[in-house]
Amino acid sequence: MARITLENVRKEYGDVVAVRGIDLEVPDGSFVVVVGPSGCGKSTTLRLVAGLESVTDGDVRKDGESLVGVEPKDRDVAMVFQNYALYPHMTAERNMTFGAGSATEFDDAEIERRVADAAELLDITDLLDRKPEALSGGERQRVALGRAIIRDPDVFLMDEPLSNLDAKLRIRMRAELAKLHEELRTTTVYVTHDQTEAMTLGDEVVVMNDGRIQQVDSPQRLYDYPANRFVAEFIGDPAMNALEVAVESGADGAGGARAVHPGFRLPLPDGDGLDAAVDSRAVLGVRPEDLSLANADVDADVAIEATVTVTEPLGDSLLLECRVGDDRLKTQASPRSDVRSGDTVALTPDPDRLHLFDTETGTALYHSAEGATAHDGRTTRSPPATSEE
Amino acid sequence: MTLLETIVDAPNRAAEYLRGGRAGDRFARLREDGLAVHAALASLVLLLLFPVLVAIVVSTKESGIVTGLADLVPGGNAYDNYYRALVELEFYRYMLNSLVMASVIVVGKLAVSLLAVLAVVYYRVPYKDFVFLFILFTLLLPVPVRFVPLYRLVTGLGWNNTVFAITVPYLASATTVFVLRQHFLSIPPSLVENAKLDGVGPLEFLWRVLIPMSKGILVGVSVIIFVYAWNQYLWPLVIVGDDLQVAQVGLGRLRGQAQAGEVAWALTMTGSVLTLLPPLVLLVLFRKPLLETFSIQRK
Repeated sequence: MARITLENVRKEYGDVVAVRGIDLEVPDGSFVVVVGPSGCGKSTTLRLVAGLESVTDGDVRKDGESLVGVEPKDRDVAMVFQNYALYPHMTAERNMTFGAGSATEFDDAEIERRVADAAELLDITDLLDRKPEALSGGERQRVALGRAIIRDPDVFLMDEPLSNLDAKLRIRMRAELAKLHEELRTTTVYVTHDQTEAMTLGDEVVVMNDGRIQQVDSPQRLYDYPANRFVAEFIGDPAMNALEVAVESGADGAGGARAVHPGFRLPLPDGDGLDAAVDSRAVLGVRPEDLSLANADVDADVAIEATVTVTEPLGDSLLLECRVGDDRLKTQASPRSDVRSGDTVALTPDPDRLHLFDTETGTALYHSAEGATAHDGRTTRSPPATSEE
Repeated sequence: MTLLETIVDAPNRAAEYLRGGRAGDRFARLREDGLAVHAALASLVLLLLFPVLVAIVVSTKESGIVTGLADLVPGGNAYDNYYRALVELEFYRYMLNSLVMASVIVVGKLAVSLLAVLAVVYYRVPYKDFVFLFILFTLLLPVPVRFVPLYRLVTGLGWNNTVFAITVPYLASATTVFVLRQHFLSIPPSLVENAKLDGVGPLEFLWRVLIPMSKGILVGVSVIIFVYAWNQYLWPLVIVGDDLQVAQVGLGRLRGQAQAGEVAWALTMTGSVLTLLPPLVLLVLFRKPLLETFSIQRK
């Protein structure tokens, strides 16, 4: 059990900056998922905690004590790798015990007992005599997990442990990992590029891009109140629609404002940050699942008129790609809707699920949902997104 | 298939062979390729083997002079020739010396190369690439080029006429380092990282992980080293006396046995065939790891 603190951590490889100064607190016993696109520095961050890379600047602390300069073996962390990192010439059992003798002070009997316990927990008791080549991907990953578990480390570090598994197995192992953490309550840092894994597993999710932390929050808050455009478009599938609009004050002067686009004029409910955004340009964000096909008699004032360009039946829903003015927009319709490409449809957004982002920095300016402002939240930090958007 | 297609297909065939081939049907290939292709291949093999076959035939004759095809009929003197060479002329002693020399070189070369590769692949050595290049650079200086300084060094150490003289100068090997390095680089780094996190020391990692994982390639490399060491001639000739002399030099002494005023060719060929046997046995026994060793460099 341990708490991990990263303070202004930087990592440079020659001219390449992989991690650009991040601060992160991983509370004792929590399951924190670091998610981001490839090359965002998430794996490097994990390796810095493991001690497999050394920090260029900043500090990594475990329970307040600096780990800088501490050898990986003295950090009492166990890592689970994407390719399992099992020794191919050893049986599953030997794989689990091989490092344990060096890494722990357990005697042989204790190690044996722990292997038996871990094998039972992971349901691999029958597989202990097999070599990795005789195990399936999921079984190999369980053995790798078992190897980490029997060491009873302060921290588990997992580097995309499910990415080599097929989709079905990945979902099952995901649930098992969650259960495992429920039982063991060992502080875990989990790195993935898969936002579904991040959302389902994490007590807290850290979104990284371009070597910086974009937002740290609980999965639901990440989805509901993205701190910037990067988070908004990275979390959620299909990605959030982004349309550049002008924000104008309400016509009747009774408060509220409108998002004005060549294709629509959308009223925005009152909310923090909205007043400041009035009379400027902003990016309107609305998720495909928050747009619904309107009935014919809906008030034209609150609807977005769009031309369907592509229909993608997904079985449980029908994904529509539409054109609004010069912009593209995705939306989900009910699966058996009679919509064809070329049709004109009226879309009504859920008024509580609208977002405005700064056109330059991408920082969130306004969320229409109640009980939130762009910058609140216990752990929310929202440095400006500096990348291309 | 044409002959060319068959030859181009060789890597796949080697791979299939390594996987265990097509069990139960020895003639599948023959039917697939056609008789003509196999006949052409067989005659090529025969062409390569012809000198060896001549040597074997001559080693069974009384007089070794071959002037025409009629002389290539096996003679009845095989036992006499082999007994005389091995026992009376003590050729077994030269072969034993060669065996000791080659075995020491195999073990020593592997030990030195494994440690060198461990350093070059897994340690953060300053100017690592330069160090590796420097090791490769030694390929430009084979043993014969170093004869004079090496001779002075070895005699200066008082090693002349000892086993050290014919083994130690061969222990460093850029080729072995190179082959092992390529193999170690193909082992996923996460294995090393996991060992680091577990606190498994470098030598334990070498002994319990790297070496067991590299068995095939180590055997293949060993065979190559053995054959190379077994074939050494010039340096042993220069540095050790008759007591420690090796088979390749011993062959020359067999030739010195005049036979009715002629060079004893039959005896010389007997010695040659004997000298050929140990490497041949190794090649046959370890053909699969050897093929793997060569194919890994193609990856």
